[in-house]
Amino acid sequence: MAENSGILVFGEVADDGLSGTTKELLGKASEMAGTLGESVIGVVAGVGAKGAAQEMVAHGASKVYCSEGGALDAYNSDIYTAALQELAGEVSPSILLMGHTEVGRDLGPRLAFRLDTGIGTDCTDLNIDAETNLMVQTRPVYGGNAQAQVVVDGSSPQMATVRPKTLQPSEPDGSASGEIVDWQPSVDASASKTKVVDRVKAEASGMKLEEAPAIIAGGRGVGSTEAFDELAEIAGTLGGLVGATRAACDSGYISPSVQIGITGRVVSPDLYIAVALSGASQHMSGCLGSKVIVAVNKDPDANVFKDSRYGAVGDFKQVMPAFHEKCKELLASS
Amino acid sequence: MNIIVCVKQVPDPQMPLASFRIDPATNKLIPAPGIPPVINGYDEQAVEAALRLKEGGDAKITVLSMGTNLVSDVIKKPLSMGADELVLLQDDAFEDSDDYATAKVLVAAINKIGDFDIVICGRQSSDFDTGIVGAGVAELLGIPIVPIIRDVKMENGTVRIERVVADGYEVVEAAPPVLVTVSNELGEPRYPTLRGIMAAGRKQPTVWSAADLGIDASEAGVSGSKVKIMKLFQPEKVSQCEFIPGDSPAEIGANLALKLREDKVI
Ligand SMILES: Cc1cc2nc3c(=O)[nH]c(=O)nc-3n(C[C@H](O)[C@H](O)[C@H](O)COP(=O)(O)OP(=O)(O)OC[C@H]3O[C@@H](n4cnc5c(N)ncnc54)[C@H](O)[C@@H]3O)c2cc1C
Ligand SMILES: Nc1ncnc2c1ncn2[C@@H]1O[C@H](COP(=O)(O)O)[C@@H](O)[C@H]1O
Repeated sequence: MAENSGILVFGEVADDGLSGTTKELLGKASEMAGTLGESVIGVVAGVGAKGAAQEMVAHGASKVYCSEGGALDAYNSDIYTAALQELAGEVSPSILLMGHTEVGRDLGPRLAFRLDTGIGTDCTDLNIDAETNLMVQTRPVYGGNAQAQVVVDGSSPQMATVRPKTLQPSEPDGSASGEIVDWQPSVDASASKTKVVDRVKAEASGMKLEEAPAIIAGGRGVGSTEAFDELAEIAGTLGGLVGATRAACDSGYISPSVQIGITGRVVSPDLYIAVALSGASQHMSGCLGSKVIVAVNKDPDANVFKDSRYGAVGDFKQVMPAFHEKCKELLASS
Repeated sequence: MNIIVCVKQVPDPQMPLASFRIDPATNKLIPAPGIPPVINGYDEQAVEAALRLKEGGDAKITVLSMGTNLVSDVIKKPLSMGADELVLLQDDAFEDSDDYATAKVLVAAINKIGDFDIVICGRQSSDFDTGIVGAGVAELLGIPIVPIIRDVKMENGTVRIERVVADGYEVVEAAPPVLVTVSNELGEPRYPTLRGIMAAGRKQPTVWSAADLGIDASEAGVSGSKVKIMKLFQPEKVSQCEFIPGDSPAEIGANLALKLREDKVI
């Protein structure tokens, strides 16, 4: 694989420019590129890609392929897979990274098969092995009960998708220079073999769960929609939002769009209050990056306490209203 | 309509943490004594999706499973739920296949079956949590894939799918053959009925080896894999939890607020 060189980072655009996840990828890519003596190459497409491409340069990419105003403006799995296959063929990177986001989860594995290479998904760390120069991917397995270190050996590029909010984002350097290439892949809309005929939105609150400074997450033990509404009110007092475990979502207490965990959202608020949930690793993997985790559970032996900074043992129906009253009192006096 | 469902047997993901142990010498999970494996949760829901499709029209459901230590009672569950046929892909050569090699073996089996309209996988398996095989099977077959779905129907020859996205769901249409991967939003899988269990007990699964599939030993197992496991370990967890004191749950709640205030978290 000697001819393959460069770390290709697939960038995504968020409402306010380059996504946080892409910045995290670029931080790690720059570090690994330094070790390997290779360069970081970016690719970004869609509405807002031009601005995001500039940001990718500031975050360490020496060259960015940018496509805005073409077939890639809206994400389409078939079109993106074909376009990225074409670009990877042209660039021949040694490593190809994307976020383990809604797009990355879909695109990453498909692209790996197109390129006839291997991929590690949902990685929480990446490092270059000093002996082999291969990228060692650390990824939680068995729902987070164990970790594996894996390498893509014998094929390239070595591909990985990385769990959001696990790597350090790089600091932007406004004076960094890089080349931005107007990227015009040869695919067009006819590559799409599926058709979206309707979009149904879950009720949207203004703030995104990923951006909430405080989250109160409820589990199966919360027991009802009404009790979830009360938790949401307390979360509101703290300027935050309510989240949930899969068991709570599956029970119909709350919309599945607020599920947190390996198959839900990954969050890292300043404060995470886990209420009446047992602390299954599949859930906790989605919130371990939080600054302070508090558990409220009536079972003193619940696993959730192991991952928590503070524990409150008791029935949440009594703990939480008193907590709420005290919070209101404290916030009013400040 | 011909439906193929891919199911994997996995260690029970709900096993108590105390039973979860890894052998550092082999980099493998030590099977917990007394805790039988299960069918991957999403794959049971994949079977459920197939059964719902069958309720909507005439269909034959073939279940495919590749594995080396398949437990008969466990792997027959899709039959007792109502699936028509079970094909087991069993060969020592398949042991320790990664997702890449697994997809190759499954595709060889699907091509041997030949006739299919919909392939249904789970969104990911709960052992290695990768979520790759479905995409791989679709790519190798060259058919469209719609991942992470909550509903699939066949309407006038078109496959109509509800795909889960971050802020709701999309309705997607495609012409068969198509592959979908099922997410938990599909809903609970049905329980096997007594009649189903009896019928499943009488059914013999078809077993195909690497030779039956025309697969060379070098294409499967570790030698056919792209991703190599260097190390498998359980990170040490040191609990640092400080329990909030109080004479009643309400007092604990109030003290919790005071503590968080002291730490300037609120
Ligand atoms: C492949 C896979 C992926 C998964 N992905 C996710 C995921 O992304 N997110 C996720 O959350 N789960 C996920 N799960 C499910 C996960 O394994 C657990 O089953 C789930 O998180 C348990 O939810 P829970 O803690 O709410 O329920 P339980 O485990 O039933 O816990 C309920 C808790 O509430 C406490 N309780 C009950 N009543 C009260 C009360 N009145 N006051 C105080 N405490 C009370 C109990 O003591 C108990 O600890 C996944 C599972 C698999 C296999
Ligand atoms: N050994 C296997 N036999 C049959 N189906 C499998 C096997 N491994 C994976 N699958 C299917 O592929 C899906 C995704 O698996 P994975 O990519 O391993 O997370 C599973 O939910 C199954 O539907």
